Amino acid sequence: MLEARAVTVRERLEAVDAVLRPGEVVAICGPNGAGKSTLLSCLAGLLAPDAGEVLLGGTSLSALRAYERAQAIGYLPQSPEVAWDVSVETLVSLGRIPWRGVPRAEAQGAIENAIAAMELHELRHRPVSRLSGGEKARALMARVLATRPRWLLADEPLANLDLAHAATLVAMLRRQAGEGRGVVLVLHDLAAAMNHADRVIVLDRGRLAADGTPAQALAEPVIERVWHAKARWLGEPGQQALSLPG
Amino acid sequence: MTRTIPLLLAGLALAVPLSLLAGRVWIDPFAPETRNAAVILMELRLPRALLALAVGAGLGAAGAAMQGYLRNPLADPGLFGIAPGAALGAVLSFWTGYAAAPFALPLFSLVGAAGAMALLSLIAGREGGVALFTLAGMMIASLAGALMSLAISLAPTPFAMSEIVTWLMGALVDRSWREVWIAAPLTLLGLGFLLVAARSLDALTLGEAAARSLGVDPRRLQMLLIAGVGLTVGAGVAVAGIIGFVGLIVPHLVRPLTDRRPSSLIVPSALAGALLLLVADCLCRVLPLAGGELRLGIALSLIGAPFFLHLLLRMRRGLA
Repeated sequence: MLEARAVTVRERLEAVDAVLRPGEVVAICGPNGAGKSTLLSCLAGLLAPDAGEVLLGGTSLSALRAYERAQAIGYLPQSPEVAWDVSVETLVSLGRIPWRGVPRAEAQGAIENAIAAMELHELRHRPVSRLSGGEKARALMARVLATRPRWLLADEPLANLDLAHAATLVAMLRRQAGEGRGVVLVLHDLAAAMNHADRVIVLDRGRLAADGTPAQALAEPVIERVWHAKARWLGEPGQQALSLPG
Repeated sequence: MTRTIPLLLAGLALAVPLSLLAGRVWIDPFAPETRNAAVILMELRLPRALLALAVGAGLGAAGAAMQGYLRNPLADPGLFGIAPGAALGAVLSFWTGYAAAPFALPLFSLVGAAGAMALLSLIAGREGGVALFTLAGMMIASLAGALMSLAISLAPTPFAMSEIVTWLMGALVDRSWREVWIAAPLTLLGLGFLLVAARSLDALTLGEAAARSLGVDPRRLQMLLIAGVGLTVGAGVAVAGIIGFVGLIVPHLVRPLTDRRPSSLIVPSALAGALLLLVADCLCRVLPLAGGELRLGIALSLIGAPFFLHLLLRMRRGLA
């Protein structure tokens, strides 16, 4: 379990509680400035809360050594960069950095699995600069998977992806949850959260506004209260779209 | 890709013996009656060659590490202010007249480098951010530069002034085993620090946040870099003066031959830096010049500046 207990970050988060379970896809939603990325950074152990704590399997993240935390929690930042024009395979291999002294065969196995999971076989020798946006997003996600983390945290992984690529990535993330990983995504797109998450956490100005199934946490009254928009859900469950009356 | 290191080693194995034969007096290995050949080899050429190797290796590796750290192919070890700090120390040894005493000049220079390193680690702060660190380095560099100019303008004698100015145009002429014993161990130690930092530099390829999520401690990485760049560059300046552009050019030449991770760049850059400096120093020695020898620092700047321009133009085309 990955658990936020009364996590407070000055001027950004106020006493936020959240319990995340393995095998679940959890979406963190909220308007701009609600503290979504801040909460994700705290959960990833990159930002120490001013008050409260984040527990990983009952142990405070601040008590873990950096590499132990890094082995357990994979994190993909909001606008990932790749400074050098490495090949896809080299990029993915960077995910092995937290694991020192692991047999080469095991490391290579993890890299191969990550490449397979993100369907990057044919691109493995291609330099990153020559990937399309969707391919690059998959390669970056494969880098996180190569760590074999128990938790997969990603900040707006669907931003800048077109419809088809976003759907592919979501399906791949669902499969990761099916294998027992906890998946936590900051999502701007409420329809994506509604249709693909098992649970949704809604933040509003640094406070927890809702936490539950997508249907509960993103119900129309919640949207009106938090986003100040009179929106309506249309369509079948699993394929819903949000309609905003002009 | 994996052949880069053996290739560079082969180049060095060829260049080192040749460099021992080349100079004002050419030594013909098949006609061993050259006068004083043993003395020229053992007391002049061998230490000079070893010094070129040490200084070049240090600058090359430090450049590779700096570019990895700043995630910028135009970064140069000079940016951290360590080379100017070391140069300031050397200038002060001339200014005070201590330079004449054995070991005083390199010692002053190392103290200058250590001062710059200490100042850097003090300013850089607990957060370990790259931007603040770089600005601190640039501030130290410009402060050391200003103090150097001050020292030159207030030089006690015209002789001291000319000594300072000549020394600043780095060279390996008239060096002895003494300098080798100073530069080689410190450079090796510095290389060790850079190699320890290598994995963290790889993680930094993905940006600071992702690097931290991979377990990199930014503060520790900064300290490793200060120690690594400080020792390699500080030792280099202490024995050879300012030699620019090696740290900038060498990682560039080597990068396409590797998988482009910073960690796979450090050792090849050290070897290529050693080779470049050895060959450049030989050429300086052999080129006939009326006033004596072309200064190594000047020669490398003459090659380096157009190369840098070429890089900039290529990058501009890449952006367009």
